[in-house]
Amino acid sequence: MTSTRSVTPVPLVRAKYETVLESWIAEQKRSATARPDLISDSDLARQSSEVLSTLLEGLDSGSLDVSGPAWEHMRAALRGISLSRVRLGFSPSETVLFILSLKEPIFDPLQELDPSNRAEAILELNKLIDRLALVTSEVYQQGREEVILRQQQEMLELSTPVVKLWQGILALPLIGTLDSERTQVVMESLLQAIVDTGSTIAIIDITGVPTVDTKVAQHLIQTVAAARLMGADCMISGIRPQIAQTIIHLGITLPDVVTKATLADAFLVALDRLGQHVVATDPVSAAGR
Amino acid sequence: MAASERVTVALRTQEDVVSLRHRVREQAVVLRFSLLDQTKIVTAASELARNAVIYGGGGEAIIETSLNNGRDGLTLTVIDHGPGIPNVEDAMRAGFSTGGGLGLGLSGTRRLVDEFELRSEVGQGTSVRIVRWK
Repeated sequence: MTSTRSVTPVPLVRAKYETVLESWIAEQKRSATARPDLISDSDLARQSSEVLSTLLEGLDSGSLDVSGPAWEHMRAALRGISLSRVRLGFSPSETVLFILSLKEPIFDPLQELDPSNRAEAILELNKLIDRLALVTSEVYQQGREEVILRQQQEMLELSTPVVKLWQGILALPLIGTLDSERTQVVMESLLQAIVDTGSTIAIIDITGVPTVDTKVAQHLIQTVAAARLMGADCMISGIRPQIAQTIIHLGITLPDVVTKATLADAFLVALDRLGQHVVATDPVSAAGR
Repeated sequence: MAASERVTVALRTQEDVVSLRHRVREQAVVLRFSLLDQTKIVTAASELARNAVIYGGGGEAIIETSLNNGRDGLTLTVIDHGPGIPNVEDAMRAGFSTGGGLGLGLSGTRRLVDEFELRSEVGQGTSVRIVRWK
């Protein structure tokens, strides 16, 4: 960006600092996008005053290049405000309007200038505030992406619980997309649980996995193989009819893996292997079911 | 019959593969595909999209819902501008993989759909068009 020297009469604006700040805050509160439910008056006043004073500080440098070193404080201030507004739940337009609404109040002190200087200064400030609004919008976007990324990571951890069903029997109920990153977490937590519990049977339940393609199948096969190396046999349960047919068409075979339609079926097989079985304590009501 | 529709989905990352699966399933539901047919076309879409991302360096997918001889169908075209496939015959053979996969993606996909057309030119990229009729 080519940076020209600023023509804005900073002392003039600074002399009316309080008036500009007050009318800016009033303007924000009056606006249709005011969100008194999200931000307190004192926070709004503090953020506004921070932006205005930092803006004047930037203008003092004479540079108009908002990506340059002279505007570093400004960018930091906008970043802080923007990120806090992401967390508070402000929309992108509300966040950008916060900066844009400064235009009218800051043009006010320029009335004292003669018409040609005034037009020049207004034009310059107008452009400058537009650029600052863009900076705010970009930071807002980044903030949102960071929030999404964090949530993805949380989901990654949350959605892969390994459950102990019985002494020696683990279950891993998989839900959602088995993309490679998550499969890695799944595999690690299952192998760790096998070590921790000394289990010899693990049931991987895929009832909650919407699509089983060759990649997902490959991940399952690898998980089963790794578990076997650690001395645990895996069963796969929750294979729905449409998934079973699709797997066949794809030509995928699951060699040496016991597969069952439901987790309950797999659990019974697992109990049987451990030499245990479920007995009804009241044969009459069990038969009546 | 609803008017035919056309949706384009960019394919750059694994996440795009997930979002393509969602879009394809949406369209299959609109066409009132059976659960089995939905699963087949979604799985086929997943295979082709992953190929485009992993081997083709990204590309795009075009989902078209169409009417032909009074039959509803879903057409999916996955295009990449990657290195292309030097030997299509090899690539279509079950068990062949250059990337450490199971090597069942292309051959399996062909069995999941009613029409399958693969065009590839080395250095130009690959385009696969599949159709599943209702």
